[in-house]
Amino acid sequence: MKIDRAKQRKSRKKRNRLIYRSGILAVLAAALIFGIVSSLQNDNTVYREGDDAPDFQLEQISQNNDLETVRLNEYEGNGIMLNFWATWCDPCKYEMPFMQELYPEYKEKGVEIIAVSLDKTDLVVHQFIDQYELTFPIPHDPKGEISDLYKVGPLPSTFFINPDGEIERVVEGALTLELLEGFLDEITPN
Amino acid sequence: MDKLKCECGHVNPEGTVLCEACGKPIEGNQHIDGNDKKMLLNMRYEGSARRSQTYRKSFVDKVWSFFSSVKVGVILIVIALIASMIGTIFPQAQFIPPNAVSRDPAIYYEDQFGLIGKIYYTLGFHEMYSSWWYLLLLGLVGVSLVICSLDRFIPLYKALKIQKPKRHETFLNRQRFYSETENVTESDLERMKENLKKLRYNITEQDGHILAEKGRFSRWGPYVNHIGLIIILLAAILRTTPIMFTDEYVWVREGETIVLPGTDGEYYIENKRFIMEMHDPEDERFRDAIAQEGMVPSNFQTDVVIYKAEREVPGAEPELEPILEDSIQMNKPAKFDGYTLYQQGYQQNEFSSMTFKIHETDDEDATAIDSFTVDLFDPEPEYILDSGFRVVIEHYFPDYYLTEDGTPASETNYPRNPAFVLLVYPPESDTPEVSFLGIGRNIDATGENEYKVAIQDFETHFVSGLTLRVDRTLIFFGLGAAVFMIGVIQGMYWQHRRVWIHPKENGILLAAHTNKNWFGLSKDIEKAIEDTNINMVEDRQDLDKS
Repeated sequence: MKIDRAKQRKSRKKRNRLIYRSGILAVLAAALIFGIVSSLQNDNTVYREGDDAPDFQLEQISQNNDLETVRLNEYEGNGIMLNFWATWCDPCKYEMPFMQELYPEYKEKGVEIIAVSLDKTDLVVHQFIDQYELTFPIPHDPKGEISDLYKVGPLPSTFFINPDGEIERVVEGALTLELLEGFLDEITPN
Repeated sequence: MDKLKCECGHVNPEGTVLCEACGKPIEGNQHIDGNDKKMLLNMRYEGSARRSQTYRKSFVDKVWSFFSSVKVGVILIVIALIASMIGTIFPQAQFIPPNAVSRDPAIYYEDQFGLIGKIYYTLGFHEMYSSWWYLLLLGLVGVSLVICSLDRFIPLYKALKIQKPKRHETFLNRQRFYSETENVTESDLERMKENLKKLRYNITEQDGHILAEKGRFSRWGPYVNHIGLIIILLAAILRTTPIMFTDEYVWVREGETIVLPGTDGEYYIENKRFIMEMHDPEDERFRDAIAQEGMVPSNFQTDVVIYKAEREVPGAEPELEPILEDSIQMNKPAKFDGYTLYQQGYQQNEFSSMTFKIHETDDEDATAIDSFTVDLFDPEPEYILDSGFRVVIEHYFPDYYLTEDGTPASETNYPRNPAFVLLVYPPESDTPEVSFLGIGRNIDATGENEYKVAIQDFETHFVSGLTLRVDRTLIFFGLGAAVFMIGVIQGMYWQHRRVWIHPKENGILLAAHTNKNWFGLSKDIEKAIEDTNINMVEDRQDLDKS
């Protein structure tokens, strides 16, 4: 009788100890993981694959394109290749012709290419557009607001946004024709 | 058996070294505190059962007992210390000097420090303080801190709460301060009690046994201190979230209005002007510095306007409402809505506008026929001049350089080294003359140009570098440091002193213990036994040394 009670008390204590220790260890482990993960997250990648692409509106300055402003939300249902570039960025010059080459074909399929220029001066952008004969919309972000919104680091940076408005893929650096084609296929609406 | 029943009737938890109630050493457990080889008792943690020392069954218990070991904690701290030292041997990646031949870490370390530098870089020490393993190490130190504290504080607290005035004889005669007195009168005992009360001891009695105690609260000092450390660690974790801590660097040109990064486009800043002032070259105080450096700046200042932006969607033309106009100087930041803007740097290598003149190529005096000014941030595609000349900017390179394959290009966005390809249409002419023009360059493409364009004048501007900071964690660091200090004071300036009196036939046993300042305790006892025939305690510290 007495032994039974003692045994019961013992197992209850043991259980309590386990709960208490596991609880504290769990809280500590959570704090530890949170601390490490959040400090390892680079500020430059605030928007990652799977996030909703934040909306924006910018003035479109390419004379080869009829749009006056570009608003991201208006392209819902279409795939969007959102490219950040500048005239002084060398790798941008490398990938621009590929984008232009594929643009008409994918425009038909429902994918829009939007190339946000981060240049300060209009003139150099116009000269660049003429030189490379670009026809897709070129919104201009001289204040750097949208590049800050998307936390764009090195140029070029490209966000492939699927028809649901989610970021499908983020690419830093220049794209080759094959890569570009593959990524555009990923965001082509069915 | 998980319980140890002492002969005084108290039931102790397993792992107890000294009975919680009467202090009698528990036979089988003396090795835990090393009492088995010593005459005097180790009074650490009151000989209470540190649970980690006893239960090691399940996985959780094993993890727990690992972290509750002070030895493990010290080893973790030592590893963290050594790692922190290694991180200071060479500059961290973000501090590679801007004038280094190559700022690419892959090149810089080997180039500067040779093989050791290469090893340093390869092992990732160049960005050690934000590496996962360093953070993990600090986190483990924190975990060890919490568990060690809990594992000791709780049993110690219990033991001090349970302690009884009636102590076992062995407990007394194995204390460092100890004396026996054969004959003690009732009045002597009363006097001693009175004296102890005057010395502000708390007296508790049980069957003629007396415990006089003061300063118990000093025992909590280390734990208060650890709570402070834990608050500081939590503040450091909070600092990694952008809501609590943001640190952004922004370059603003004079006259420019741009968005403040890191504010979600909510705030804009306008740089009205940047001022750099120098100390008087005649100033005696700076004579040596001026002789060495030429000039000594006395003031860096940016006059700014901060705007709050209202806009429908990011990128849309915002409605700017000025909320602050301020002059930011070194150590005099501008503050608004929880943000702080510090003066941090400047550049003066940018041009804002250039004025060109056109003259006849073979005119030796280079008399200007006409001139025009180009805003380097917003150049016009063409300039039609009163004299009938028309100048078209065919190419503009704000920061000119020649690429490897020999084509001109711009290295950055900013007019630091502006260069142009100009098409000059003389009056009444449709065939342009091509000129290439830059700082120190004036190339006539064909060599047959009738007219030459030259830089007549230019204006420069300053670029001000400002740091934008939100730090809502400072208050937590302050709180943590304050709690830390309270804990230190609590443990340092008070001592936990206890005196036990154990009646024996006609006489008494007298023993005393303190956690520090034994001299103070012996002074207390001297005062307490004044005018009595109770024997002064003997300091037997040397007993264990021989």
